[in-house]
Amino acid sequence: MDHVEVQVGDAASLAPAGGNAAPERRDLAPEPVAATPSPGRWARFLDGDFWHSFRSSPTAIVAAIVALLCLVAAVFANVIAPHNPFDLATLELSDSMLPPSWMQGGSAKYLLGTDEQGRDVLSALMFGARISLFVGGASVLLSLVIGVGLGLVSGYVGGRLDALIMRVCDVMLSFPSILIALLFAGVGHALFPNANDLLAFGVVIVAIALPGWVQYARAVRGSTMVERSKEYVQAARVIGVAPLRIMLRHVLPNVMGPVLVLSTIQVAVAILAEATLSFLGVGVSPTSPSLGTFINEGNKQLFSGAWWLVIFPGATLVLIALSINLFGDWLRDALNPRLR
Amino acid sequence: MKRIAPWLIAAALALAAPLSQAVTLRVSNQGDVQSMDPHSLNESLQLSFTGNVYESLIERDKSMNLAPALATKWTQQSPTVWRFELRPGVKFHDGTAFTADDVVFTFKRAAGEGSDMKGYTNPIKEVRKVGDLAVEIETTAPYPILPDTLTTLAMMSKKWCEDNKAERPVDRRKGIENTASFKANGTGPFRLKERQPSVRTVLVKNFNWWGKSESNVDEIVFTPIGNDATRVAALLSGETDVMEPVPLQDVERIKSAGINVLQGPELRTIFLGMDQKRDELQFSSVKGKNPFKDVRVRRAFYQAIDEETIKARVMRGAALPTGLMVGSAVRGFQADMNKRPPYDAEGAKKLLADSGYPNGFEVGMNCPNDRYVNDNAICQAVAANLARIGVKVNLMAETKVSYFPKILRRDTSFYLLGWTPSTVDSHDVLSAIIATPNEKGQGQFNLGAYSNAKIDELTLKIQSETDQKKRNDMIREAFKIHQDDVGHIPLHQQALAWAASKKVELTQLPNNYMYFKWITLKSK
Repeated sequence: MDHVEVQVGDAASLAPAGGNAAPERRDLAPEPVAATPSPGRWARFLDGDFWHSFRSSPTAIVAAIVALLCLVAAVFANVIAPHNPFDLATLELSDSMLPPSWMQGGSAKYLLGTDEQGRDVLSALMFGARISLFVGGASVLLSLVIGVGLGLVSGYVGGRLDALIMRVCDVMLSFPSILIALLFAGVGHALFPNANDLLAFGVVIVAIALPGWVQYARAVRGSTMVERSKEYVQAARVIGVAPLRIMLRHVLPNVMGPVLVLSTIQVAVAILAEATLSFLGVGVSPTSPSLGTFINEGNKQLFSGAWWLVIFPGATLVLIALSINLFGDWLRDALNPRLR
Repeated sequence: MKRIAPWLIAAALALAAPLSQAVTLRVSNQGDVQSMDPHSLNESLQLSFTGNVYESLIERDKSMNLAPALATKWTQQSPTVWRFELRPGVKFHDGTAFTADDVVFTFKRAAGEGSDMKGYTNPIKEVRKVGDLAVEIETTAPYPILPDTLTTLAMMSKKWCEDNKAERPVDRRKGIENTASFKANGTGPFRLKERQPSVRTVLVKNFNWWGKSESNVDEIVFTPIGNDATRVAALLSGETDVMEPVPLQDVERIKSAGINVLQGPELRTIFLGMDQKRDELQFSSVKGKNPFKDVRVRRAFYQAIDEETIKARVMRGAALPTGLMVGSAVRGFQADMNKRPPYDAEGAKKLLADSGYPNGFEVGMNCPNDRYVNDNAICQAVAANLARIGVKVNLMAETKVSYFPKILRRDTSFYLLGWTPSTVDSHDVLSAIIATPNEKGQGQFNLGAYSNAKIDELTLKIQSETDQKKRNDMIREAFKIHQDDVGHIPLHQQALAWAASKKVELTQLPNNYMYFKWITLKSK
């Protein structure tokens, strides 16, 4: 979490210098006007600094490839995975607790071994990563929407409303975010003890998003305050464009850079937060196990020597979080005009 | 600072020396005792733990035989009347003397609203005080196993309960708590010093105990540690002296660390129950009818479960597959009937199709995850077995703190439970698990409300039959009916596994009771 705080400062401080690069940075932001980028735009992208910086950074390339692989394996788990761990009818209890295939006693059928119910660890990891990525992505999206919205309003309107929103942010920041998430997830579970999967997902997503939006709000507020005084905003105001429209159509695209950087890193943070919650037993329901649930389950088998039940889920989690973080790191550098 | 340090250390040592002489035993279990009230839940851990603080009229000795406790002598005056001479000079922890009034009060309390002990008080018609230190118990019908049932009924102080507004037992089902949840005043060898639910419970030696304690332990700290690995780690690192249950996968690891693992057969039978009462299951895809009312569906479930593989894989061999609801050490066990129908998924599928569910159905299943050995894993294996015959099980595994209140309210369609007949007699199982539930406390743990009038009739007869041969025949008949009806699906008797550091000497009872008075702690 501390790590991210540093990012925020950086991200927010990009904004002033970013003013003159506004037209270029608008390309990165989802532009509602141009739904399909023209060929010229694509060529310009390949020719630009951004792509060049990516190509010349081995870390970024490796991180992007690993992250992409994990994403593909997770999204298409039901096609790629050798077994479906959720199809109980295919489980062979007699194949339980097999070590990885290269070890003595392992079976070629199960590359990374099996757990105590005979589930294939590799397949379970793919399905687990899917849940982790989904929860991570969804909670980042949610905190992004809340954070960016409040940040824009706060920065653009200013005054008392700004003070109010920022004080709320300060209060949120003074709590460890995992505490807020734990509290919310705990209350959620107590309120809906018989929650179905979907509701359980919802609770976890909100629990992680709740402490997460503050980062966005602060970053966006800083950038917005700078943009507000720029000529193009002044011009829009003069010709009588409604404030909401100015915020969304004019200011927002120009403050999206830091947000983009922040959300890449926040995805990794959210995945870790979800794993923590699941490890502590207040995360997603055990019937749809995420990586954190696996680590928790595997933990019980640690003393008996079944290391593959902990090491592989743990390594997968590290791999996903690390690759996204490294990619986010590079993205921050690439988008920071001061480092160009 | 530097100059003071040696002086400080000396002072600290001087202070610590007398303290370190107090012998503290640290015990951990996978779950916590639900409350300190000995009448609130008829569960082994509850009775075992409170059995160190409270005592009953009769107790079991190390070989499970009846032994005098608060009653020194008991005689049968007539087939239905028993006289108990109470032990003189016994004092409760608060100093009040134990008298016949307390016995009369206890029976009233245990028979009253909220009690989970009604099954034991139900056959009793009246408890009469016949002197300060003598009572007579009259049963409605001859009840030969009365002394056996009395071993589970802890005596409480009338005065204390009244002073503390704890005349009624704690009822966890309805969320009713009272002073007896958190405080205790028994006659036992240990006194309750501190109670923090789910955190720690501390007992200290009762120096005024009437008996002669074998134990040298002054203080017992009981800590529930839910996570298996954490509990094992606590034992390996010396944070805890005695631990129960040992996760089966860790037995070898613990032994190799030079720690004793005590394994033995337990009287407990693990079984599955099905809601056979409601016309529509609460948690199922089948609407308008209850598939469990059809014996073919129940038999299909039974045959679909591959108990041998569960034994080999989930239980790592530490279980005895069973076809009866009682184990071999229990009176009334029928060796020749202890056969499970063979595992037969195809046959089970056919049975399901015959009963109108060719594609199976969905059903919710409740399962504890910190009560029995590998309970959650057993449920998952059962769910996987049933998936093969098309039955989709929605498993809800949870801690016993939320599990027990839920299933005791009968908010379940399909559940896993374990039962130890505390009287070590088949009648206990027939009466608590198999008989039709009624107001009098029968079938109190028959949570799916399986019902067969013939068994109810037999159970009552077995209760009062004194001829052992006839009694055994009736038990046999009742078990036969229950097997044919597939009233429940018995799975196995689990093996007990305790672990204790080499310093500890203890006695393990097959009903899994841990009496601290039999534990001694050697100084290294």
